[in-house]
Amino acid sequence: MLTIEELNKIREKTKNLVSMRNEGEENKSGYKYQVLVCGGTGCHSSGSQKVLDALHEEVASHQLEKDVKIVRTGCFGLCSLGPIMIVYPEGAFYARVTPESIHEIVEEHLVNGNMVKHLLYESTVCEDGTVKSLQETNFYKKQLRVALKNCGVIDPEDIEEYIATDGYQALAKVLTTMTPDDVIQTLLDSGLRGRGGGGFPTGRKWAFAKASDSDQKYVCCNADEGDPGAFMDRSILEGDPHTVLEAMAIAGYTIGASKGYIYVRAEYPVAVNRLNVAIAQAKEYGLLGDGIFGTDFSFDIELRLGAGAFVCGEETALMTSIEGNRGEPRPRPPFPAVKGLFGKPTILNNVETYANICKIILNGPEWFASMGTETSKGTKVFALGGKITNVGLVEVPMGTKLREIVEEIGGGVPNGKKFKAAQTGGPSGGCIPACHIDVPIDYDNLIKLGSMMGSGGLIVMDEDTCMVDIAKFFLEFTVDESCGKCTPCRIGTRRLYQFIEKITKGEGELEDLDKIKELCAHMQSTSLCALGQTTPNPVISTMRYFKDEYIAHVKDKTCPAGVCKNLMSYEIIPKLCKGCTLCAKNCPVDAISGSVKEPHKIDREKCIKCGLCMKNCKFGAIVKK
Amino acid sequence: MYIKPAVPFKGTKAQEIELKEFIDLEKSQPGALMPVLQKAQEIYGYLPIEVQGMVAEGLGISLSEVYGVATFYSQFSLNPKGEHRISVCLGTACYVKGADKILEGIEQRLGIKCGECTPDGVFSIDSCRCVGACGLAPVMMIDDDVYGRMTVDQIDDILKKYTVKRKK
Repeated sequence: MLTIEELNKIREKTKNLVSMRNEGEENKSGYKYQVLVCGGTGCHSSGSQKVLDALHEEVASHQLEKDVKIVRTGCFGLCSLGPIMIVYPEGAFYARVTPESIHEIVEEHLVNGNMVKHLLYESTVCEDGTVKSLQETNFYKKQLRVALKNCGVIDPEDIEEYIATDGYQALAKVLTTMTPDDVIQTLLDSGLRGRGGGGFPTGRKWAFAKASDSDQKYVCCNADEGDPGAFMDRSILEGDPHTVLEAMAIAGYTIGASKGYIYVRAEYPVAVNRLNVAIAQAKEYGLLGDGIFGTDFSFDIELRLGAGAFVCGEETALMTSIEGNRGEPRPRPPFPAVKGLFGKPTILNNVETYANICKIILNGPEWFASMGTETSKGTKVFALGGKITNVGLVEVPMGTKLREIVEEIGGGVPNGKKFKAAQTGGPSGGCIPACHIDVPIDYDNLIKLGSMMGSGGLIVMDEDTCMVDIAKFFLEFTVDESCGKCTPCRIGTRRLYQFIEKITKGEGELEDLDKIKELCAHMQSTSLCALGQTTPNPVISTMRYFKDEYIAHVKDKTCPAGVCKNLMSYEIIPKLCKGCTLCAKNCPVDAISGSVKEPHKIDREKCIKCGLCMKNCKFGAIVKK
Repeated sequence: MYIKPAVPFKGTKAQEIELKEFIDLEKSQPGALMPVLQKAQEIYGYLPIEVQGMVAEGLGISLSEVYGVATFYSQFSLNPKGEHRISVCLGTACYVKGADKILEGIEQRLGIKCGECTPDGVFSIDSCRCVGACGLAPVMMIDDDVYGRMTVDQIDDILKKYTVKRKK
């Protein structure tokens, strides 16, 4: 068992090690260089393990082990540039690193002390040849990292690096100087609202669970991030797992629970592994288990793996699943704070919510409340994806405008295309069209616009995206994922899908649009859980902002974005066609005919509209109509 | 409705012992069924009715309860998988970047539909929801290999790698 004095000793000892990674701080680590390589899922998929192996090898062959520390961290956020590597003290940001380029980096940078400019992320190299730090790039400049503070800074598999960044100090403070009511008051004062989507005040949730009388209570963490296109929670678990464990222990102390469960997707093997390592280390140090810091508070955490059911992100379904059943939701009330897991009072918070707790305890509620808008305090992490230059993870203060996220941090829409809309909240959310790009993003504004915060997926769409097709995509998802327990959702999702499919096939009628509206209203008011209640959102919101596209599909039988296959065709412009036969060679179904040097023709009956001909044409002679 | 897979069950005694040992370990835990099914799928690769029977017996619950859970979650498969498992991400980010065309292309080349296994047992295709590598969209996975920024014309070359490996 660790005492607070021992915890502080570890902090003092390791603080110097990580000091080098903070800009402007003196290097007391004893190393000349520290090389941080991202080990998050994005970079891992791009081959960061091979980069790490090559790096270890090169460093060893130059006998630099004493001067160079290699750290595998969590996500830096700029996933599209992976594998990412940062070299301190300079903070040099190497992007798309390959095992082959390691030799040059080690030789030039780590041995000779010269940054390898042609391998650096181009936005960090100025025209005059000087190198900017990462914090000065557009991607990071506007960000404010609270929940992601340690992601990409510490080694998530080394508890001492976490302790060095004030890890487990919040738990120590809570256990020795605060009552459960103090903790609740602090959270209430901070204005923290649940980051999983609903936005319920966290302090109030904890207060309800504390007020429930029971011999056993539970603390759960929802890490079943099912929203397609969202990976905030995964990155936190991969980059800073201990902050979640620490916050759950604080929650346990506050409500009077001794047991916690983390329900995490099995599709996140890296996160599962890091959590297992973190739990084992915390137990070894006595930061989980019996009598933490010599108090009479005991707390233990167990992992439960999800098995690929989106509905299990809904709180009651998640608990049913932990109990070992089909993950079907149950009616509320009773709310989990009264009757939750195994029938006992339970609080369930999302990963990102927990990632804010320790910082609020240590820095005070006023600090947290000073960020954000009137009703939404703090920051929000967004997973930026879709048609955007900088795909990745960003954390901004609540109230940041969508334009700042898309154009400044995200680097805008690539290929000179026009921004059309951004989808937030995944299959439960809606879209924000270009005309509202200057609305400050917070819980309440998004709801006013007909979307919702959701867990933080932010998918950018350009002029080539068909909004009816997007509505169809989300419905296909919810048809699959509806658990089938209640009729409005089970049948409603399918009927809604059939309507939209009919429209994308060009068979829609104007009266269908009214029927869709009616069905949506029924589903919203009668479905058992949030899944069914919010399924109509993508349809309602695209119909609200892009009604003309629906009308075009129904009345004119055209798809303005050229996506819906039944409503478009490929054509060769005879004037531009040189008769090079490349299109005919590439057509998988032999739908293109013509002699050499003569304009070719596409047989519409045979064409499967795969678009290969257009992609391969060197003269721009093939167009979508 | 339950349809027995065409491939007969080929479980071994050693596999059965491994599963039973795990069941005995977990039995007393509340909510043990999910971890047990996850382990069973890890051992056998899928959850045929024979394995579900062993789980039901080991945990002392009805087969229908086991079947109910096994069919509820998409991670559990009642059908065997190919030697090489292809899975195409159809998450939002990948979809927006044309993942449906990648899936279609693979289906066409292998002559099977998503969720099926080729008759020779070499490939099976599945779609999945967001593997979290949205920066590389569109993404496809074969076994543990990730292929990012996919285009339709890369499919043939990638598949070839696995058929060639097999011949060796």
